[in-house]
Amino acid sequence: MRFLFKTDYEDDIRLFPHSGYVYSYGLLLAVLLIAPYVLSSYLMSQLVFVCIYATVGVGLMILTGFTGQASLGHAAFLAIGAYTAAYLQQFNVPFPVYFLAAGLLTGVVGALVGFPALRLQGIYLVIATISFAFIVEEIMARWESVTNGNEGMRVKAMQLLGTTVSRDGPTFYYLCLAVLVLTIVGTLNLLRSPTGRAFVAIRDSETAARSMGINVALYKVKSFAISAGITGFAGVLFAHKLSFISPEMFTLQLSIEFIIVILIGGTFSLHGAVLGAIFLVMIDPFLTYLKDDMPGVIAGAAATLGAGSERAGHIQDAVAAFASANGLKGAIYGVIIVVFVLFEPLGLYGRWLKIKLFFQLFPLYKRATFKRQKIYVKSERNR
Amino acid sequence: MLDFVQQLVSGIALGCVYGLIALGFVLVYKATEVVNFAQGDLMMLGGFFAFTFIGMLGLNYWVGFAGAVICMALFGMLAERVVVRPILGYPQFSIIMATIGLGYFLRSVAGMIWGTDDFKIETPFSQGVLRIGSLVLAYDKLSVIAATIILCALLYLFFNRTTLGTAMRASSENMLAAYYMGIPVKRVVSIVWAISAAVATCAGVLLAPITFIHSNVGLVLGLKAFPAAVLGGFGSIPGAVVGGVLIGVIESMAGFYLPQGWKDVAPYIVLLAVLLLKPEGLFGLHVRKKV
Repeated sequence: MRFLFKTDYEDDIRLFPHSGYVYSYGLLLAVLLIAPYVLSSYLMSQLVFVCIYATVGVGLMILTGFTGQASLGHAAFLAIGAYTAAYLQQFNVPFPVYFLAAGLLTGVVGALVGFPALRLQGIYLVIATISFAFIVEEIMARWESVTNGNEGMRVKAMQLLGTTVSRDGPTFYYLCLAVLVLTIVGTLNLLRSPTGRAFVAIRDSETAARSMGINVALYKVKSFAISAGITGFAGVLFAHKLSFISPEMFTLQLSIEFIIVILIGGTFSLHGAVLGAIFLVMIDPFLTYLKDDMPGVIAGAAATLGAGSERAGHIQDAVAAFASANGLKGAIYGVIIVVFVLFEPLGLYGRWLKIKLFFQLFPLYKRATFKRQKIYVKSERNR
Repeated sequence: MLDFVQQLVSGIALGCVYGLIALGFVLVYKATEVVNFAQGDLMMLGGFFAFTFIGMLGLNYWVGFAGAVICMALFGMLAERVVVRPILGYPQFSIIMATIGLGYFLRSVAGMIWGTDDFKIETPFSQGVLRIGSLVLAYDKLSVIAATIILCALLYLFFNRTTLGTAMRASSENMLAAYYMGIPVKRVVSIVWAISAAVATCAGVLLAPITFIHSNVGLVLGLKAFPAAVLGGFGSIPGAVVGGVLIGVIESMAGFYLPQGWKDVAPYIVLLAVLLLKPEGLFGLHVRKKV
């Protein structure tokens, strides 16, 4: 086990606590850089979505994970980013300009949402952000002169430095990866600055934060603006990747998916956003695999266990019918959310930490280390 | 003027359904401080149970209705036992996510079992209208209003006149103190969920003649019930019904008098306005936090 000996504050807030981090993240980055030359085009496309979802996840993590303000309206911020890009693109605005404009505009909208949200707590905030998202969705559908209504908008291929960047090509993937990495590094820097510490203080106890002299209102609005701005940047990439946007893409369903990303990944660390995004995006190919291959595999297993060939055929048909049933994906989503909330509240990254600690402390690991405290006093109602 | 009254009655009828769903939210929220995002889906499932009993098995309407209510009450208890009880006492956000997951699951499973088509339940009052002068009121809408009034009266008597009702009010005030007083809090909470699911089923069955039952109806209507609950003050039982009726009337009036598009947004605009101007709602209590 490695003991870190910290002698001053600089040691405590280092981005890479020791050299092991540099090597492992460097290796990861190298793998990600050669990925386009190794993986199939379908997997590359999924990897681009992982980058976009992870960027949104990082944005949401700042707000929900570190400032403690739940939001079920991030699809609206994504929509604003995507529509800003699509709208400005019509006037031949270059990519870097509308990319920044989309992020800025979404950040401003986020701040405008943040002001009224100051008065709201817990469940009320969740409901208010849902309502905000509904209203934005309706505006996108009705403001036809700008958004083209329910017909949707086409997004042309990106022009960057005089060349056309195809949405399936490696350049677009590198761009998404760069945005993700920059977002993560920027967020890490933010979190070790006074602003980030103020966010965490507000999450842990608003009253205590206020009595320590933190301007709670200011930092909450900041958190909303930053989180929305990052989501707006992701929205531009999202629009380019899909090459077509319409209001029904940005529904509550998508907001819930973003929450699932950070919930499954673990809401206490940025690792969670990335792990959650990988999980959420990769579940699609996994389900397709399940649909195509599982009936045969199960029937084969049944046959080896002694079922007759006719029986095995029945089993295969039954499993195939079940696997291709409408809505199986939704049911699996539901089960995954419930299972994670009940049994793995710290998410995938929490599981990784548990496994790591288990081996570090080998015979001495206690399950209680990660146990959450239950509070039966009704505090949230009287906040 | 006539149009106005027509719109008012259909708005009140729709609002009663919102109110009934909101009532389910509020019961559970008061008792356990859990916000059940799957309430609309419980309603949907109740509607499907009733459809199975009445439409597919051909039972009498009232028998089928009662059967659906009993099945859903049991289902509510099961959902509480499996999903909610293990995480009581954890942050509210986890519980919200768990109920959202439950809602997802119910929606998809209902879609897998009953398909994604629209279903209609034949009711004794789906035909026929009541004429007062030149005013024409459909029986199915009046039946919703009547049933809401009856249900509210029953719930009111239950909460204020019976021992079990008093126990529920006690555990909603302070779970720990109620436990020390010898109230079986776990059983009480389980019964609250049963009642809440039963109320949702009533909403679903009454709604069936007005809008059809399909697997996504719970999401659409369940989310509309939030403005109702917030407007009435989360945690107030009369508030939920009054809020529901107000939201229903506002929606129906907006659909009639304002341009297209306002109908769907109006409830949420009202919701945001209430949250900003009077977060405790019409009937809510304002409590200050003690440090």
